[in-house]
Formats: sequence, structure tokens, C-alpha cells
Amino acid sequence: MTQFTLSSFSISRSTTASRIAGAIALILLAILAAAPWWASSAFLHLAGEFAVYLALATLWNLLAGYTGLVSVGQQAYVGLGGYLTFSLALFLGVNPLLAIPLAGLAAALIAIPVASLVFRLQGAYFAIGSWVIAEVFRLIAAQATALGGGSGISLPAAVTKQLGAKWLREASIFWLALALGAGCLAFVYLLLRSRIGLALTAIRDSEVASTSLGIRIGSVKHVLYILVAGLTAMIGALISLQKLRVSPDAAFSVNDWTAFVIFIVVIGGIGTIEGPIIGTVVYFLLREFLADYGTIYLLLLGTLAIVIMLAAPKGLWGYAAERFGWSLFPVGYRITFPDSGKD
Amino acid sequence: MDILNTILQGVLVGGLYALFAAGLSLIFGVMRLVNIAHGDLIVLAAYIAMEVIKLTGLPPLAALVFVVPVMAAFGYALQRGILNRTLGGDLLPPLLVSFGLSVILQNGLLAVFTADSRKLDAGALETASATIGGISIGLLPALMFATAVAVIAGLQYLFYNTALGRAFRATSDDAEIAELMGLDRRKVYAWAMALCLGVVAIAGVFLAIRSNFDPFMGPGRLIFGFEAVIIGGLGNLWGTLAGGVILGVAQGIGASIDPGWQILAGHVAFLLILALKPRGLFPRMDG
Repeated sequence: MTQFTLSSFSISRSTTASRIAGAIALILLAILAAAPWWASSAFLHLAGEFAVYLALATLWNLLAGYTGLVSVGQQAYVGLGGYLTFSLALFLGVNPLLAIPLAGLAAALIAIPVASLVFRLQGAYFAIGSWVIAEVFRLIAAQATALGGGSGISLPAAVTKQLGAKWLREASIFWLALALGAGCLAFVYLLLRSRIGLALTAIRDSEVASTSLGIRIGSVKHVLYILVAGLTAMIGALISLQKLRVSPDAAFSVNDWTAFVIFIVVIGGIGTIEGPIIGTVVYFLLREFLADYGTIYLLLLGTLAIVIMLAAPKGLWGYAAERFGWSLFPVGYRITFPDSGKD
Repeated sequence: MDILNTILQGVLVGGLYALFAAGLSLIFGVMRLVNIAHGDLIVLAAYIAMEVIKLTGLPPLAALVFVVPVMAAFGYALQRGILNRTLGGDLLPPLLVSFGLSVILQNGLLAVFTADSRKLDAGALETASATIGGISIGLLPALMFATAVAVIAGLQYLFYNTALGRAFRATSDDAEIAELMGLDRRKVYAWAMALCLGVVAIAGVFLAIRSNFDPFMGPGRLIFGFEAVIIGGLGNLWGTLAGGVILGVAQGIGASIDPGWQILAGHVAFLLILALKPRGLFPRMDG
């Protein structure tokens, strides 16, 4: 048994892998930010979509993986963001780009009363309750005749022009997607490294134990739900500008904005920051190869999610992290002993 | 008279919603499982009934003789093969696995049966009605409601007067103690799921006679069933029937104002009750 004195170890919050990963991420971000000058519009479109799914998965993972709030109704805020953006642009003449943060703010305000309703439901019933909310939003949107009712509405050319000519429009929507994707990732990373993050990780590991240590689980969850709602609505706002159209069935689609997102997180690894990234990569790879098969592709995704949940519940990244001790986004504290030589 | 008629029709439709909900309530009561694929299983039962009718030429309600055991056997296998592996302290695995199952069922049905909407033809039963005091009552809705009452009474009897029901209640109260008493909880759960899917089979056939169905209408049925359970109060089967009735009446009143308001009115009634009485109208059990 080795004796340690206080000076014989040091505490670090990063690993060699995480420093390299951080540097690579920044370089990658810089290269991507220049993409409008070197890439085709098809690439910009795909990369924008990638960023959207990465952001949605990261946020859903923050709720489900860290606070146990499994929502099957995040499409409520995706659709709300789109509809709010269109309303602001069409009725108040707000520039669509400026409408994105406003839509996020408005959705966060709407999420306050919604949260106090759905938080009355526990566990799995919360999941279905959140779905009911999304259905209510969808049905209300379908009644909004000024926004095209059930068939939806396209952004009029006059409003689209405010976004600039084709190149500028595509570039700014891409930059926004990149900013939201990277922003959500950074938000979750910094949040988890903060005091709240410590509380969240404690809640994830044991609700009972964290309550006994004085963490107010209820209010932490509440605040987080509202923050995530606002950010999800900003992503929804962006999606509506990518598509230049909103319709109730597409904007509030449970398949597009929740089912795929859940599969991404489950496959990549729930409760880790890296999981949603890996999951999004796997999802896009599968989609590129299998999307032509339509229903078979969805059958495969569903089966893969079930198999992973049963065989490796922590997903691909959780499995790798456990085996090899990898961590690209370290949020904990590591103690290093000089004589043990291990990171 | 119009409003009375609307309410009565709503009450009768509520029977169908109670049938959607009874199975959900049952498995939540026994193993705290919320099966996201519940609605899709109702639709699966409807398609199985369609195939049985094609093969045998039986009328829809008679086809239940085949559909109920097939679904029950499927439920037993599903629980033993997949869902039992997910049960433990953690909420995520059962929820996500049943979510995956839901997507698989929807797309599997789509691949086999296409997206065309179908309907089961019950012949004269669909249009037969009796007029009582100026209000005409359809035979089919009345039968649906009577079936719901019978199913719930049956489940209630089973829960409180049979050995299986005792096993259900014991496992629900404390699975570990129940195992010490010699029960195998995996088997008890499998029987509960078999029973649940037996009820689901009845719900599926009535759904298919009453309206068109397609591979994607499962989630909507899950939500109706869920709302009926929460309105009635967790763990109370008669409460679930009351919940179904309230949902049916709310939808009927909504539809009489504007057809676009039908479903929305049901959701609003649900949210109102959630806001005013979060534990439901007749709670019996903690979530």
C-alpha cells in the first residue's frame, strides 16, 4: 500500500486526448466556417442538417441522459420555433434571422407554464405527457388559418429576399446551423463542468443520494427543461428557414425531430457528451447508404436501438469509454499520481 | 336534445378509449412499465383480424376467437424475450426499447400492408340502431361500451378473486418479497402482458370496425388510452372507464363546435384535469 502525501498528486480537468480533440475541433470549426467559399450548396445543406441533428441530440441527451426527463415531445418546440419565426417575419416584418433568437425566447416563456403542467407526471408518463403537448401545439397550428392551416405556408419571396441573394442566404443559414450546433455542444459542455453540471451528474447517478446532499432536483430539472425548450425552438426556427416552409405535420413531426434524435442518442451513448456526436455520424452514414430503402431503413434503426439498449445500454461511446477510458469532453475531476504514471 | 345526444355518443365512444386504456393501466399497475408501442399493438391486432377474416371468412367479432389468443401469445413472448430484460430500477431502457418497438411495428405494417387505410366490415351491425326517447343509439357503440364494462369488470374480478390476480398484486406491491414466496416475477410479468394484449386485441377489432385504420394511427390511440388512465387516476380500472368517458364526451362536444376541434378538445380536457387534479379524479396508487 503506497502512502500519498498531499503534494504527491495533482488534479486535472483535461486529458491528453481531450486537449488534442479540443484543438482538432477548433481547426475543424474554422475550416467549416469557411465552407461557403469552398463547398457546394449540396454540402452546405447536408452539413447544416448534420448540425441540426447534432444540436437536437445534444439537447435531448442533456434532458434524458442527465436529468432522467425522457421527452417524446421535443418536436413541440421545434415546430413552435418554426411557427414563431414565420409569425414574426410575416406579421411583424421582423428580419427572419433576428426572429430566431426572439422565437427561442418566446418559446422558453411558453415552456414555463407547460413545464409546470407536464412536471406533474412522473417518469414514463412524463414522456407521453410531453407528447400530448406537442400534439396540442400541432393541432393549434393546423387551426391557424393565417399560417396556412393544415397545409402550411411557404416564406413569401419578399421575406426571403431579406436574407440576401442565394449565396448569402445559403451561407448565413449554414453559419447559423454551425453556430447553433457548436453552440449547443459548448453550452452542454460548459454547463456540465459548472456547479449545475455537478448537480446534474449527481442526479443522473442517484436521485435519492443527490437529494440527501441538498440538491434541489425539482428546480434544476425545471430550469433545464425551459432552457432546452428555448434552444430547441431556435433550432426549429433555423429548420424553418432551411426549408423556407412550415406545415403542422412536418414541423411537429415526432419521427423527424424526436424518434431519430432518440435513436441517435441511444446508439451513440446516452448520458455522455460524445455519444450524440458519434450517434449523429452513425445516423448520417446509415442514411446515406440506406435511405433509398425507406421503411427497411427505419426498421433497421429501430432494431439497432433495441439491440444496443439491451446489449450495451451506454451506447457505442459508453462502451468504448468504459473499455479504453477515453474522454474527449472531460467534465469530471481526475486525480493524477506522479508515480503511477497513469492519466 | 342535441347536446344530450352528443354527450351520449361521447360516453359510448369513451368505452373504446377505456378499452385502449385498460391494458396500459394493467401493465403499469403490475410492473410500472409504460409501453410506448401500446397503440401500435392495437393497430397490429386490427391487421391480424383483417388477415384472419380474409382466411376464414368469419365476421369481425367472431374473429376475436383467433385474434385474442394470437395477441396474448405474442404478448407473453414479447415480455419474456425482450421487455423483461429491460426491467430494473432504471426508467430509460423499457421506455426506449418500447419506443424502438413502436417504430418497428409501424414500419413493419407499412412494409407488409402499405399505407392504404383499411376497415373491417361488420355488416348490419354497423348501421343498426335503436331509438329511445328520441335519441338514437347505435348498436355498435352500445356493444363497444358494454364490452368495455365487461372487460373492466373481468379484470377487476381477476385481480381480486383469482390466484393469478393475487400474484399480480403481490408482484406489484413488492416484487422481491413475491419472489421469496415462490413467484417467478418474469412469468408473472409475461402473464400480465399476455392479458394486456388480449384486451388490446379486443380494442383493435372494435377500432377497425368503427373507423378506418392505417399503420400510423397507433400513437394517437396510445395517447387517448394514456389520457383516460391519467384522468381516471392511476391504478383504478373503473376510474379508467370514467376517464375514457370524459375524454369521449369532451371530444364529442369539441367536434360539435368545429370538427377541427374534436381531438384538441379531448387534449384540453386532459390538461385541465392534470392542472386541477394532478393525481386524476379517482386515484388509488402512487406513480
